[in-house]
Amino acid sequence: MTIRQLLEILTVLIPLPPFLAFAFIVLFFNRWKRLSHSIAIGAMALSFLMAQIVFWTVIGWGGEALYEHPIAVQVPWLPSGDEVLSMGVMVDPLTAITLFFVSITCLAIFIYSVGYMHGDPRYSRFFAYISLFATGMLGLTVADNLLMLFIFWEIMGLCSYLLIGFWFEKPSAYRAAIKAFLTTRIGDVIMLLGIAYLYSQTGTLSFAAILRDEAVLHELAVTPSVISGLSVAAAVGLLLFAGTVGKSAQFPLHVWLPDAMEGPTPVSAMIHAATMVSAGVYMVVRMFPLLAVGMEGAVGTPPMVAMAIIGSFTAFFAATIAVAQDDIKRVLAYSTISQLAYMVAALGIGAYVAAAFHLVTHAFFKALLFLGSGSVIIGAHHEQDMMEMGGLRKRMPVTFWTFLIGGFALSGFPILTAGFWSKDEILAYAWHLNPVVFWVLAAGALLTAFYTMRQICLTFLGEPRGEHAEHAHETPWVMTGPLVVLALFALFFGFVGVPEEFPVLGELIGYNWFHHFVGATVGELLHHLPGPESFNPVPLAISVVAALGGLTLGWLVYGRRPLKAGETDPLARWLGPVHTVLKNKYYIDELYHFVFIRPTVWLAGAVFRWFDRGLIDGILHGIARLGEILGIANRWVHTYVIDGGVVDGSAKVVGATGRELRQVLQTGQVQHYLLQVLMFLCAFALLYILFF
Amino acid sequence: MVPLQWYLVLSAALFCVGLYAVLARRNAISILMGIELMLNAVNINLLAFWRYTQPEAAVGQAFAAFVYAVAAAEVAVGLALIVSIYRNRETVDVDEINLLKW
Amino acid sequence: MTVQQVLFFLFGAIALGAAIGMVTARKVFHAALWMLLAFFGVAGLYVLLEAPFFAAAQLFVYMGAIGVLIIYAIMLTRGMMRQRLPRVNDQWWFAGLLAAALLVVLAWLVWQHPWATTTAAAPADSLNRLGLTLVDPEGFALPFEVASVLLVMALIGAVTIVRER
Repeated sequence: MTIRQLLEILTVLIPLPPFLAFAFIVLFFNRWKRLSHSIAIGAMALSFLMAQIVFWTVIGWGGEALYEHPIAVQVPWLPSGDEVLSMGVMVDPLTAITLFFVSITCLAIFIYSVGYMHGDPRYSRFFAYISLFATGMLGLTVADNLLMLFIFWEIMGLCSYLLIGFWFEKPSAYRAAIKAFLTTRIGDVIMLLGIAYLYSQTGTLSFAAILRDEAVLHELAVTPSVISGLSVAAAVGLLLFAGTVGKSAQFPLHVWLPDAMEGPTPVSAMIHAATMVSAGVYMVVRMFPLLAVGMEGAVGTPPMVAMAIIGSFTAFFAATIAVAQDDIKRVLAYSTISQLAYMVAALGIGAYVAAAFHLVTHAFFKALLFLGSGSVIIGAHHEQDMMEMGGLRKRMPVTFWTFLIGGFALSGFPILTAGFWSKDEILAYAWHLNPVVFWVLAAGALLTAFYTMRQICLTFLGEPRGEHAEHAHETPWVMTGPLVVLALFALFFGFVGVPEEFPVLGELIGYNWFHHFVGATVGELLHHLPGPESFNPVPLAISVVAALGGLTLGWLVYGRRPLKAGETDPLARWLGPVHTVLKNKYYIDELYHFVFIRPTVWLAGAVFRWFDRGLIDGILHGIARLGEILGIANRWVHTYVIDGGVVDGSAKVVGATGRELRQVLQTGQVQHYLLQVLMFLCAFALLYILFF
Repeated sequence: MVPLQWYLVLSAALFCVGLYAVLARRNAISILMGIELMLNAVNINLLAFWRYTQPEAAVGQAFAAFVYAVAAAEVAVGLALIVSIYRNRETVDVDEINLLKW
Repeated sequence: MTVQQVLFFLFGAIALGAAIGMVTARKVFHAALWMLLAFFGVAGLYVLLEAPFFAAAQLFVYMGAIGVLIIYAIMLTRGMMRQRLPRVNDQWWFAGLLAAALLVVLAWLVWQHPWATTTAAAPADSLNRLGLTLVDPEGFALPFEVASVLLVMALIGAVTIVRER
């Protein structure tokens, strides 16, 4: 057996262990908590091991070689007519790097959960769910076609629903779960439309057959779609991007993610850092050749323009909200929305590698921040309000230092942190390609640094402002261990992607490995993408100023003179009503409630009241009534003409028919509903026969 | 040779008779029998299409075989449900099985 | 009219007549017997369609297994048979009407559609081909395996559902 065959088998097996763990825990080991978490972690460790073997082996081959001959396995699924629907796995450079960070963060989160979920009554179930979740993400990563990607995408959607509502005793938790499910559903349905459209045009959904075939891409780019002015490629791209907007919580479908904080913190780390929200960006990164086809120089295609606009807007918009939030996890949630928007915007301007790079570094430092905040929450006895915290630096040193590292990485602290390298690359491209995007993103970066510093100061510095913070304690090693590991990645991972032209360091390292490896995923296209030819110090300087300026500003406001207990946020004093608007997230939830939810509920009620009760029942009552009236009239006439025994009966028969008809429609019995289905089937068939 | 239409019309007739049983009978077991009849009608269709369009390929037959498997599974689980309901509620009258009404 | 056509009418009449007998039978047990007869008629049609394997499977699986299973279920719920209930629900006439309407629609569709049929004879080794297709990885090997898993699951599920607690 050659190494390649071995890797093929390993790749197929990667998503399997967590799934088996899920099945075994749910079916057999629900009662034994230690056994459950051992199985889940063991399975995840196995997947981790296989993913790492695959990753490190293909690294040895190099990006170009892997692009030429990706690891690919396909089995025919169902032969349907002329087409055979195949399922399979594929590892190209992008898959490899995604496998790398997903398996690390997932394993860290699994181990961490042992500490965080300790003592929960549904402990085993939690591990079952996150195992299924890991299956979803790993499966999505190795999928070689859009349909399979969508299936795993939906598995994750289901798990996210189950996990956000994990503490379903809390009304806020189950509401958040429903909200997340329904909001992402909007994006998913549109995405499914895109997939169906793509399939109808190309007859295949395989990535290799669509994205790597110049002829197919060109054909899609020149064929006009049903919407005038858009090519098929653009229409499909826009539809697929809607899926990302839902899954990666971009404006206007961002509302679910902050509420999703109702779930246990490891879930927040998993959904909002390592896996699900990354999946949204991963999908558009994966489909980038399709989105970018027809691009002329620096002028983007319609999907790219949409991504640039939505991405840069969301990046700034979410950052402003994060500034005014008091819940430690909500700040992180908005910062996640904002950071994902950076990636979307980067793709929108054609900075393919930069987007992928930020995806990876962000997964590391955001998982670190979420797990750190979870550690704070556990250490401070389930306190989540930062206004009640403070002074945790002494009490939780490991958490503090790792959180600091994560925060600095998020702010893009120069040189030292991974976040700097990825964010700087995005900004460098933006400077070159689109100044508007650049300035919006730079402003977002400033805000990011500011709210990160605010969060660190409020949580860890000064004196405790609440009862819980007073008695805080460091968390056990199962929780701090993963923090330390992730902190190492948040610090050092950036050095794999240092631009070669970067002064001093670039020469020292000499090879932008990430760019070459991941860039190889799109083959020739990479060389056609516009980008800065040489190193430009201006965007670098601006990005450094934004990061350091934001941090300093945050320090000046919150760090130099820490808040006392009961003191209001100084920002609230200075900004006044603006702060209120920000704190209430621009009232978008209220707006949606007013514009979408209220009318929907009202419509449903109205339909029930008028249509069901009024119209349908009314018609039936009317029929009955008419029959009775006719009967009575008949009777009146007939009593005088003939003797009226039969007539009386006929009126009764018609009346009874009306009552029966009414029973037919609304009884709650399955046979009656089936009958209605059949009725409409016949009606539609009749329409078809008559008019087509 | 028998025209294909004859088979199709006959299977449509069997299907509709089965459908009538599903829609109108009160006894849950009768409904299940109606479903079996409908599945049989489907199978006649599949085999007729196989025979009259692509006798050299075995796809139509394969689908018919899967219908058999599904029908067997369906009747096993269906009857188990009916027996279980009967045990708990002393009835197999579907008019009274409406717990999921609201 | 060829022999085949005569046989078609014979078996078709058996199947359809028994089916109608099934849905109109007063007692469930009689309905089950009618159902077996209908299955027999369908088996005859399979022979006419040159699918002897399915004719045999029809006898084994439907008349044997499913028939016996249904009769068992009737026996197990026999308390029901003593009650005097109307055998159909209130909507029977409407259901019959709609089923008839559907039949008319279907028959019309079938009749007016120009079917591209072939007169080629069925290959002598059609069963052989079926077997190969079912286990061919390029064909139906995976669905085939999944079907067997489905059957096992149905078996376990049925046992779990009816088990006395």
